[in-house]
Amino acid sequence: MSLIPFAALVRKDLQLFFVDRRSVIVSFVVPIAIASFFGAVFASGGQNREPARIGIALIDQDDTPITRAIVAGAESDKNLKVERPTEAEARERVRAGKTAVAVVIPKGFGEASGQAFFGNAEKPTLTLLHDPSKTTELAMVRGVMTQHIMEAVSREMFSGDQGRQLVDKTLPQIESSSTMPADQKKLLVEMLGSVQKYYRERQPADGRDARTRGGITMPYTVNEEAMTAGSNITYNGYAHSFGGMAIQFLLFAMANLGIEMLLERQRGLWNRLRSAPVSKLTLLSSKAVSGAVISLLILFVSFAFAMVVFKVRIEGSLAGFFGISVACALMAATFGLLVAALGNSPATARGVTTLAVLMMVMLGGAWVPTFIFPAWLQQFTLIVPVRWAVDGLDAMTWRGIGLGGAVMPVVVLMVFAAVFWTIAAARFRWEEA
Amino acid sequence: MLAITHLRKSFGSLVAVDDVSFSLDAGCLVGLLGPNGAGKTTTVSMIAGLVTADRGDVLIAGHRLSGDTDPAKKRIGLVPQDLALYDELSARANLRFFGALYGLTGRALDDAIASALGLVELADRAGDAVKTFSGGMKRRLNLAAGLLHDPDILLLDEPTVGVDPQSRNAIFENLETLKGRGKALLYTTHYMEEVERLADRIVVMDHGRVIAEDTLGGLQSRFAPAGGDVATLETVFLALTGRSLRD
Repeated sequence: MSLIPFAALVRKDLQLFFVDRRSVIVSFVVPIAIASFFGAVFASGGQNREPARIGIALIDQDDTPITRAIVAGAESDKNLKVERPTEAEARERVRAGKTAVAVVIPKGFGEASGQAFFGNAEKPTLTLLHDPSKTTELAMVRGVMTQHIMEAVSREMFSGDQGRQLVDKTLPQIESSSTMPADQKKLLVEMLGSVQKYYRERQPADGRDARTRGGITMPYTVNEEAMTAGSNITYNGYAHSFGGMAIQFLLFAMANLGIEMLLERQRGLWNRLRSAPVSKLTLLSSKAVSGAVISLLILFVSFAFAMVVFKVRIEGSLAGFFGISVACALMAATFGLLVAALGNSPATARGVTTLAVLMMVMLGGAWVPTFIFPAWLQQFTLIVPVRWAVDGLDAMTWRGIGLGGAVMPVVVLMVFAAVFWTIAAARFRWEEA
Repeated sequence: MLAITHLRKSFGSLVAVDDVSFSLDAGCLVGLLGPNGAGKTTTVSMIAGLVTADRGDVLIAGHRLSGDTDPAKKRIGLVPQDLALYDELSARANLRFFGALYGLTGRALDDAIASALGLVELADRAGDAVKTFSGGMKRRLNLAAGLLHDPDILLLDEPTVGVDPQSRNAIFENLETLKGRGKALLYTTHYMEEVERLADRIVVMDHGRVIAEDTLGGLQSRFAPAGGDVATLETVFLALTGRSLRD
């Protein structure tokens, strides 16, 4: 292969790419803009950021010590952002999608829940008004409210004034109950008698805050440790979003390169190129190389921006990052050749290719991480090259995995590149039909 | 300089070129005439190495072309019917690229570009993007791109399609200059007056075969009407190929 024509072919493709201002903007600026947006959406949890709070409306129609304690607990919860509208306002806010869940504590909830705490009374109903599109938030609010209600009711039952009154009221009811089994009645009377004795012997005000008094509390605390290969590495959502968007737009750029090849054929340029003493191998491989160079530039410019602005770091192997980038660039460039080989005309190729790229990046986890996919889809997407590129870049950036973690993605991406190249070389028509 | 012997090419059941032979000497221009579908472009494509002949030979100064990278291809320059140029690039960038395909670099490439642009009178527009050129300017640049590597043989496939009379005349003058420099030119066209002005010999093809080959005067004398008038080339052409419409 003669180097002078080869270098000229590569240089010409790069000139054509950079002289087209629209291509440059679409390839470099747009992925950065979209990745910044996706990064901001998915970056919660990393870099000491406050987690997004779930907005709830809390309506306390009872206003007793127990329900006031529930409200206080919810308001101090770091997972919730509590508003206190009326029930009508809350219903309207949920209906309009402005609030995920509204919790309505009905009149009599405090007393009824206290009585029901010992299993001898009808349980009061807590109403959760929710936006049907936000079932995840509903589940979280249900769990969080369960914790605060159990804490508030148990605390009040064992140490509060309302609890004392409830025990005084409940004890005679149990003693006079004709429906409760005798052995259960005996046990409950003994327990509540002990509680009553505890109230009487205890100082009425021992100086402790209501929240520090007894009651049921969570019997454990949670230590959350982010598991990455390195130590002290926090998740940076921008690393994923910039990798994904860069891959999406370099695939678009390469698909466009393939369409340009069809246009060159349509305009008779291939005839002029082939009349020169240049082999078909040189012509096709120069396209692959120029495509790979453009792809690498898109990847590196995107990551450089992410590193400077969003502090994305290559926590894993730098060599692995470069290896995956080169393999990804070659895969994308040969994908462009495949487009040229299989496309009948520029117009039809453009439509089909756009769909193919969007499917690949969607299934490959370039938009949202694949861990949110169903298990079967996660397995299925292993046949999508973008999946290996995205996972490989994730491994080398925020997961902090070493060079060994890059081997498999590089091998798979190179196999895809070889397959695309082989099909393209065999199928490309040098003459316009 | 160029000899083609018994060339044959078929596409499926269609025989595009059948047993075509003719030769082209240095300093001569051969006009290749024929109606649409006569096999002119396929013949030119086989000479340029774009299409492989089923049978027959293309000899460049006695050397048989073999393969895409045969150095003998440097002795051929192709000026295709299509404007095979990159519109977004400047005229100079286009010529720099096409010259490099023939291995030209550095000073040699710069000189070749200057010479080609000078010949087609586009030196003052060298830095402008081709998309800003008129149709005639593009045609002249198309010609310049085929001349950069100083080929001995120039294949011109309808090089004046869609240009104004001024640009056409400029191209004719360019071709006469090249002929004067000893280049061998094969020129396909539908315009009879172009062949009448430029051609030393005329080859007429129809249905893939050569049906006549002679000088302009020889053809005119063969088809001279009664009464001593001189036959026009168009009269000769229609007498040879008939008046039925072609696809």
